[in-house]
Amino acid sequence: MTEKNWPLYEVFLRPRNGLAHKHVGSLHAVDDEMALQNARDAYTRRGEVTSLWVVPSKAIIASEPGEKDAFLEPSDKERKPYRHPTFYDIPDEVGHM
Amino acid sequence: MTTALTIDRTRHCQYLLRLGDTALVLGHRLSEWCAKAPFLEEELALANMALDLIGQARALLKHAAGIEGRGRSEDELAYLRDAHEFRNVLLAEQPNGDFAQTMARHLFYAAFAEPHWALLKSSRDAELAGIAAKAEKETAYHLRHASEWVIRLGDGTAESKRRMELAIADLWPFTGELFETDAVDAAMLDAGIAADVSQTREAWNATVGTVLAEATLQRPRDGWMQSGGRNGRHTEHLGHLLAQMQFLPRAYPGAKW
Repeated sequence: MTEKNWPLYEVFLRPRNGLAHKHVGSLHAVDDEMALQNARDAYTRRGEVTSLWVVPSKAIIASEPGEKDAFLEPSDKERKPYRHPTFYDIPDEVGHM
Repeated sequence: MTTALTIDRTRHCQYLLRLGDTALVLGHRLSEWCAKAPFLEEELALANMALDLIGQARALLKHAAGIEGRGRSEDELAYLRDAHEFRNVLLAEQPNGDFAQTMARHLFYAAFAEPHWALLKSSRDAELAGIAAKAEKETAYHLRHASEWVIRLGDGTAESKRRMELAIADLWPFTGELFETDAVDAAMLDAGIAADVSQTREAWNATVGTVLAEATLQRPRDGWMQSGGRNGRHTEHLGHLLAQMQFLPRAYPGAKW
Protein backbone atom coordinates (compact mmCIF):
# COMPACT_ATOMS: atom_id res chain seq x y z
CA MET A 1 0.00 0.00 0.00
CA THR A 2 2.50 2.62 -1.16
CA GLU A 3 1.65 6.29 -1.42
CA LYS A 4 2.12 6.05 -5.18
CA ASN A 5 -0.57 3.39 -5.62
CA TRP A 6 -2.88 4.49 -2.82
CA PRO A 7 -2.84 8.30 -2.70
CA LEU A 8 -4.13 10.15 0.33
CA TYR A 9 -7.40 12.06 0.09
CA GLU A 10 -8.90 14.62 2.46
CA VAL A 11 -12.62 14.25 3.17
CA PHE A 12 -15.08 17.13 3.57
CA LEU A 13 -18.76 16.77 4.20
CA ARG A 14 -21.77 19.01 4.51
CA PRO A 15 -24.32 17.79 7.06
CA ARG A 16 -28.08 18.07 6.55
CA ASN A 17 -28.26 20.96 9.06
CA GLY A 18 -25.23 22.85 7.83
CA LEU A 19 -24.30 25.50 5.34
CA ALA A 20 -20.71 24.55 4.56
CA HIS A 21 -18.48 21.55 4.07
CA LYS A 22 -16.32 20.66 7.05
CA HIS A 23 -13.10 18.67 7.07
CA VAL A 24 -13.77 15.33 8.78
CA GLY A 25 -10.71 13.23 8.10
CA SER A 26 -8.60 11.54 5.46
CA LEU A 27 -8.13 8.15 3.85
CA HIS A 28 -6.03 6.26 1.32
CA ALA A 29 -7.75 4.97 -1.81
CA VAL A 30 -6.81 3.56 -5.20
CA ASP A 31 -8.47 6.31 -7.25
CA ASP A 32 -11.07 9.11 -7.17
CA GLU A 33 -14.21 6.96 -7.48
CA MET A 34 -13.09 4.53 -4.79
CA ALA A 35 -12.03 7.46 -2.57
CA LEU A 36 -15.56 8.80 -2.79
CA GLN A 37 -17.05 5.38 -1.99
CA ASN A 38 -14.63 4.80 0.87
CA ALA A 39 -15.47 8.23 2.30
CA ARG A 40 -19.16 7.39 2.03
CA ASP A 41 -18.60 4.15 3.94
CA ALA A 42 -16.31 5.61 6.58
CA TYR A 43 -17.83 9.02 7.27
CA THR A 44 -21.55 8.84 6.53
CA ARG A 45 -22.47 5.82 8.64
CA ARG A 46 -24.20 7.87 11.27
CA GLY A 47 -25.83 11.22 10.71
CA GLU A 48 -27.36 12.84 7.69
CA VAL A 49 -25.07 14.10 5.00
CA THR A 50 -26.13 16.10 1.95
CA SER A 51 -22.79 16.44 0.20
CA LEU A 52 -19.44 14.69 0.28
CA TRP A 53 -16.15 15.89 -1.21
CA VAL A 54 -12.85 14.07 -1.51
CA VAL A 55 -9.77 15.97 -2.58
CA PRO A 56 -6.32 14.52 -3.24
CA SER A 57 -4.24 15.79 -0.32
CA LYS A 58 -1.50 16.99 -2.67
CA ALA A 59 -4.01 19.36 -4.31
CA ILE A 60 -4.41 21.26 -1.07
CA ILE A 61 -2.08 24.22 -0.61
CA ALA A 62 -2.14 25.19 3.05
CA SER A 63 -0.60 27.86 5.25
CA GLU A 64 2.33 26.73 7.38
CA PRO A 65 1.69 26.56 11.13
CA GLY A 66 5.12 28.11 11.79
CA GLU A 67 4.36 31.15 9.63
CA LYS A 68 1.04 31.78 11.34
CA ASP A 69 2.16 34.95 13.09
CA ALA A 70 3.67 36.70 10.08
CA PHE A 71 1.23 35.39 7.48
CA LEU A 72 -2.06 35.57 9.37
CA GLU A 73 -1.33 38.32 11.90
CA PRO A 74 -4.34 39.31 14.02
CA SER A 75 -6.72 41.58 12.14
CA ASP A 76 -9.46 41.88 14.69
CA LYS A 77 -11.24 45.07 15.71
CA GLU A 78 -9.05 45.73 18.76
CA ARG A 79 -5.65 45.52 17.07
CA LYS A 80 -6.44 46.92 13.58
CA PRO A 81 -9.56 49.00 13.98
CA TYR A 82 -8.90 50.86 10.72
CA ARG A 83 -9.78 47.68 8.72
CA HIS A 84 -13.32 47.54 10.09
CA PRO A 85 -16.11 49.95 8.99
CA THR A 86 -17.16 50.93 12.49
CA PHE A 87 -16.70 54.72 12.48
CA TYR A 88 -20.01 55.65 10.89
CA ASP A 89 -23.05 56.89 12.80
CA ILE A 90 -25.91 54.74 11.55
CA PRO A 91 -29.30 56.50 11.81
CA ASP A 92 -31.91 54.53 13.77
CA GLU A 93 -34.16 54.21 10.72
CA VAL A 94 -31.54 52.14 8.85
CA GLY A 95 -31.49 49.48 11.57
CA HIS A 96 -28.74 46.84 11.81
CA MET A 97 -26.11 46.69 9.11
CA MET B 1 -58.25 -12.02 -10.45
CA THR B 2 -57.64 -13.02 -6.84
CA THR B 3 -58.71 -10.66 -4.09
CA ALA B 4 -56.81 -9.98 -0.89
CA LEU B 5 -58.99 -12.50 0.97
CA THR B 6 -58.16 -15.38 -1.32
CA ILE B 7 -54.37 -14.96 -1.48
CA ASP B 8 -52.82 -18.25 -0.46
CA ARG B 9 -51.06 -17.48 2.82
CA THR B 10 -48.65 -20.38 2.47
CA ARG B 11 -47.48 -19.18 -0.92
CA HIS B 12 -47.32 -15.57 0.24
CA CYS B 13 -45.14 -16.65 3.16
CA GLN B 14 -42.91 -18.73 0.86
CA TYR B 15 -42.45 -15.79 -1.46
CA LEU B 16 -41.37 -13.55 1.42
CA LEU B 17 -39.09 -16.20 2.94
CA ARG B 18 -37.24 -16.54 -0.36
CA LEU B 19 -36.46 -12.82 -0.30
CA GLY B 20 -35.76 -12.64 3.43
CA ASP B 21 -33.60 -15.77 3.66
CA THR B 22 -31.49 -14.66 0.68
CA ALA B 23 -30.85 -11.31 2.38
CA LEU B 24 -30.08 -12.99 5.71
CA VAL B 25 -27.65 -15.58 4.34
CA LEU B 26 -25.84 -13.11 2.09
CA GLY B 27 -25.68 -10.58 4.95
CA HIS B 28 -24.15 -13.22 7.16
CA ARG B 29 -21.58 -14.11 4.50
CA LEU B 30 -20.47 -10.46 4.27
CA SER B 31 -20.25 -10.25 8.07
CA GLU B 32 -17.67 -13.06 7.92
CA TRP B 33 -15.25 -10.51 6.45
CA CYS B 34 -15.19 -8.60 9.76
CA ALA B 35 -11.58 -8.14 10.91
CA LYS B 36 -10.35 -9.84 7.70
CA ALA B 37 -10.97 -7.24 4.99
CA PRO B 38 -8.03 -6.18 2.80
CA PHE B 39 -7.97 -2.65 4.23
CA LEU B 40 -9.88 -0.51 6.70
CA GLU B 41 -12.24 1.34 4.39
CA GLU B 42 -13.27 -1.89 2.67
CA GLU B 43 -13.91 -3.40 6.09
CA LEU B 44 -16.45 -0.65 6.69
CA ALA B 45 -17.95 -1.03 3.21
CA LEU B 46 -18.50 -4.76 3.68
CA ALA B 47 -19.92 -4.29 7.17
CA ASN B 48 -22.26 -1.55 5.94
CA MET B 49 -23.54 -3.76 3.15
CA ALA B 50 -23.94 -6.69 5.55
CA LEU B 51 -26.01 -4.54 7.89
CA ASP B 52 -28.16 -3.31 5.01
CA LEU B 53 -28.95 -6.92 4.09
CA ILE B 54 -29.60 -8.01 7.66
CA GLY B 55 -31.93 -5.04 8.08
CA GLN B 56 -33.83 -6.08 4.96
CA ALA B 57 -33.93 -9.67 6.23
CA ARG B 58 -35.35 -8.61 9.54
CA ALA B 59 -38.15 -6.63 7.94
CA LEU B 60 -38.95 -9.41 5.47
CA LEU B 61 -38.88 -12.22 8.03
CA LYS B 62 -41.04 -10.20 10.40
CA HIS B 63 -43.59 -9.75 7.63
CA ALA B 64 -43.36 -13.44 6.65
CA ALA B 65 -43.97 -14.46 10.27
CA GLY B 66 -47.03 -12.24 10.34
CA ILE B 67 -48.41 -13.82 7.16
CA GLU B 68 -47.60 -17.31 8.46
CA GLY B 69 -49.82 -16.57 11.44
CA ARG B 70 -48.26 -19.06 13.84
CA GLY B 71 -47.07 -16.43 16.29
CA ARG B 72 -43.40 -16.86 15.41
CA SER B 73 -41.07 -13.89 15.51
CA GLU B 74 -38.42 -12.94 12.95
CA ASP B 75 -35.76 -14.11 15.41
CA GLU B 76 -37.32 -17.58 15.63
CA LEU B 77 -37.43 -17.80 11.86
CA ALA B 78 -33.82 -16.70 11.53
CA TYR B 79 -32.28 -18.70 14.34
CA LEU B 80 -34.42 -21.77 14.94
CA ARG B 81 -35.10 -23.13 11.46
CA ASP B 82 -32.97 -25.90 9.98
CA ALA B 83 -31.20 -25.72 6.63
CA HIS B 84 -33.94 -27.56 4.71
CA GLU B 85 -36.43 -24.90 5.82
CA PHE B 86 -34.41 -22.04 4.40
CA ARG B 87 -35.52 -20.62 1.06
CA ASN B 88 -32.54 -18.53 -0.03
CA VAL B 89 -31.04 -18.85 -3.50
CA LEU B 90 -27.90 -21.00 -3.64
CA LEU B 91 -25.81 -18.01 -4.80
CA ALA B 92 -26.16 -16.39 -1.38
CA GLU B 93 -24.71 -19.32 0.56
CA GLN B 94 -21.61 -19.77 -1.60
CA PRO B 95 -18.43 -19.19 0.43
CA ASN B 96 -16.71 -15.81 0.42
CA GLY B 97 -13.55 -17.22 -1.13
CA ASP B 98 -11.14 -14.43 -1.99
CA PHE B 99 -12.12 -10.80 -2.48
CA ALA B 100 -12.74 -11.36 -6.20
CA GLN B 101 -15.24 -14.12 -5.41
CA THR B 102 -17.05 -11.95 -2.87
CA MET B 103 -17.33 -9.07 -5.33
CA ALA B 104 -18.42 -11.30 -8.22
CA ARG B 105 -21.12 -12.88 -6.03
CA HIS B 106 -22.25 -9.43 -4.96
CA LEU B 107 -22.32 -8.08 -8.51
CA PHE B 108 -24.53 -10.98 -9.62
CA TYR B 109 -26.82 -10.54 -6.63
CA ALA B 110 -27.09 -6.73 -6.70
CA ALA B 111 -27.60 -6.55 -10.46
CA PHE B 112 -30.66 -8.73 -9.87
CA ALA B 113 -31.88 -7.21 -6.59
CA GLU B 114 -31.81 -3.55 -7.64
CA PRO B 115 -34.23 -3.79 -10.58
CA HIS B 116 -36.22 -6.40 -8.64
CA TRP B 117 -36.75 -4.06 -5.68
CA ALA B 118 -37.64 -1.28 -8.10
CA LEU B 119 -40.49 -3.41 -9.47
CA LEU B 120 -41.58 -4.52 -5.99
CA LYS B 121 -42.19 -0.90 -4.98
CA SER B 122 -45.50 -1.31 -6.84
CA SER B 123 -46.46 -4.50 -5.03
CA ARG B 124 -50.05 -4.81 -3.80
CA ASP B 125 -48.49 -5.95 -0.52
CA ALA B 126 -48.00 -2.53 1.03
CA GLU B 127 -45.50 -3.69 3.62
CA LEU B 128 -43.39 -5.38 0.96
CA ALA B 129 -43.57 -2.26 -1.20
CA GLY B 130 -42.26 -0.20 1.73
CA ILE B 131 -39.37 -2.60 2.30
CA ALA B 132 -38.60 -2.50 -1.42
CA ALA B 133 -38.41 1.30 -1.50
CA LYS B 134 -35.72 1.36 1.18
CA ALA B 135 -33.91 -1.70 -0.15
CA GLU B 136 -33.72 -0.29 -3.67
CA LYS B 137 -31.63 2.68 -2.50
CA GLU B 138 -29.35 0.49 -0.42
CA THR B 139 -28.87 -1.99 -3.25
CA ALA B 140 -28.03 0.76 -5.73
CA TYR B 141 -24.92 1.44 -3.68
CA HIS B 142 -24.10 -2.28 -3.40
CA LEU B 143 -24.26 -2.55 -7.17
CA ARG B 144 -22.06 0.49 -7.64
CA HIS B 145 -19.48 -0.78 -5.16
CA ALA B 146 -19.32 -4.33 -6.50
CA SER B 147 -19.22 -3.14 -10.13
CA GLU B 148 -16.32 -0.79 -9.53
CA TRP B 149 -14.30 -3.54 -7.85
CA VAL B 150 -15.02 -6.09 -10.58
CA ILE B 151 -13.90 -3.53 -13.17
CA ARG B 152 -10.70 -2.68 -11.30
CA LEU B 153 -9.79 -6.29 -10.56
CA GLY B 154 -10.73 -7.57 -14.01
CA ASP B 155 -8.82 -4.82 -15.79
CA GLY B 156 -6.01 -4.93 -13.24
CA THR B 157 -2.89 -7.00 -12.81
CA ALA B 158 -2.42 -10.47 -14.26
CA GLU B 159 -3.18 -11.97 -10.86
CA SER B 160 -6.30 -9.94 -10.18
CA LYS B 161 -7.62 -10.76 -13.64
CA ARG B 162 -6.94 -14.47 -13.15
CA ARG B 163 -8.78 -14.50 -9.81
CA MET B 164 -11.68 -12.49 -11.19
CA GLU B 165 -12.06 -14.79 -14.20
CA LEU B 166 -12.10 -17.80 -11.90
CA ALA B 167 -14.68 -16.16 -9.64
CA ILE B 168 -17.01 -15.29 -12.54
CA ALA B 169 -16.76 -18.80 -13.98
CA ASP B 170 -17.29 -20.48 -10.58
CA LEU B 171 -20.39 -18.47 -9.73
CA TRP B 172 -22.03 -18.26 -13.15
CA PRO B 173 -23.96 -21.54 -12.71
CA PHE B 174 -25.67 -20.03 -9.65
CA THR B 175 -27.11 -17.06 -11.51
CA GLY B 176 -29.89 -18.95 -13.28
CA GLU B 177 -31.78 -19.61 -10.06
CA LEU B 178 -32.36 -15.88 -9.61
CA PHE B 179 -34.78 -15.92 -12.53
CA GLU B 180 -36.62 -19.18 -11.88
CA THR B 181 -40.38 -19.12 -11.50
CA ASP B 182 -42.75 -21.74 -10.15
CA ALA B 183 -46.32 -22.01 -8.89
CA VAL B 184 -45.56 -19.77 -5.91
CA ASP B 185 -44.30 -16.98 -8.16
CA ALA B 186 -47.19 -17.42 -10.56
CA ALA B 187 -49.73 -17.14 -7.74
CA MET B 188 -48.03 -14.07 -6.30
CA LEU B 189 -47.72 -12.44 -9.72
CA ASP B 190 -51.41 -13.06 -10.27
CA ALA B 191 -52.17 -11.44 -6.89
CA GLY B 192 -50.17 -8.33 -7.84
CA ILE B 193 -47.69 -9.02 -5.07
CA ALA B 194 -44.68 -10.39 -6.93
CA ALA B 195 -42.44 -8.76 -9.50
CA ASP B 196 -41.99 -10.24 -12.96
CA VAL B 197 -38.43 -11.62 -13.01
CA SER B 198 -38.36 -11.80 -16.79
CA GLN B 199 -38.19 -8.00 -16.76
CA THR B 200 -35.49 -8.15 -14.11
CA ARG B 201 -33.52 -10.57 -16.28
CA GLU B 202 -33.18 -8.05 -19.11
CA ALA B 203 -31.83 -5.43 -16.73
CA TRP B 204 -29.48 -7.99 -15.19
CA ASN B 205 -28.09 -9.07 -18.56
CA ALA B 206 -27.49 -5.47 -19.58
CA THR B 207 -25.79 -4.49 -16.32
CA VAL B 208 -23.62 -7.57 -16.00
CA GLY B 209 -22.69 -7.40 -19.69
CA THR B 210 -21.59 -3.78 -19.39
CA VAL B 211 -19.54 -4.39 -16.25
CA LEU B 212 -17.80 -7.50 -17.62
CA ALA B 213 -16.99 -5.71 -20.86
CA GLU B 214 -15.45 -2.74 -19.06
CA ALA B 215 -13.57 -5.20 -16.82
CA THR B 216 -12.19 -6.87 -19.99
CA LEU B 217 -13.60 -10.17 -18.78
CA GLN B 218 -15.25 -12.89 -20.82
CA ARG B 219 -18.93 -13.42 -20.21
CA PRO B 220 -19.34 -17.18 -19.59
CA ARG B 221 -21.69 -19.08 -21.82
CA ASP B 222 -25.00 -20.04 -20.28
CA GLY B 223 -25.07 -23.73 -19.51
CA TRP B 224 -26.63 -25.89 -16.86
CA MET B 225 -27.73 -23.84 -13.86
CA GLN B 226 -27.73 -24.86 -10.19
CA SER B 227 -31.11 -24.91 -8.54
CA GLY B 228 -33.01 -25.96 -5.43
CA GLY B 229 -32.31 -23.33 -2.77
CA ARG B 230 -35.71 -21.74 -3.22
CA ASN B 231 -37.27 -25.08 -2.29
CA GLY B 232 -35.00 -25.96 0.61
CA ARG B 233 -32.45 -28.11 -1.25
CA HIS B 234 -29.15 -26.51 -0.36
CA THR B 235 -25.46 -27.00 -0.96
CA GLU B 236 -23.29 -28.35 1.84
CA HIS B 237 -22.31 -24.80 2.74
CA LEU B 238 -25.56 -23.73 4.34
CA GLY B 239 -25.35 -26.21 7.21
CA HIS B 240 -21.96 -24.89 8.30
CA LEU B 241 -23.12 -21.30 7.95
CA LEU B 242 -26.17 -21.85 10.11
CA ALA B 243 -24.15 -23.74 12.71
CA GLN B 244 -22.16 -20.55 13.24
CA MET B 245 -24.99 -18.09 12.80
CA GLN B 246 -27.49 -19.94 15.01
CA PHE B 247 -25.15 -21.21 17.70
CA LEU B 248 -25.68 -18.52 20.32
CA PRO B 249 -29.50 -18.28 20.35
CA ARG B 250 -29.76 -22.07 20.30
CA ALA B 251 -27.23 -22.54 23.12
CA TYR B 252 -28.64 -19.71 25.22
CA PRO B 253 -32.35 -19.47 24.43
CA GLY B 254 -33.83 -16.11 25.26
CA ALA B 255 -30.40 -14.50 25.70
CA LYS B 256 -30.47 -10.72 25.85
CA TRP B 257 -27.74 -8.11 26.06
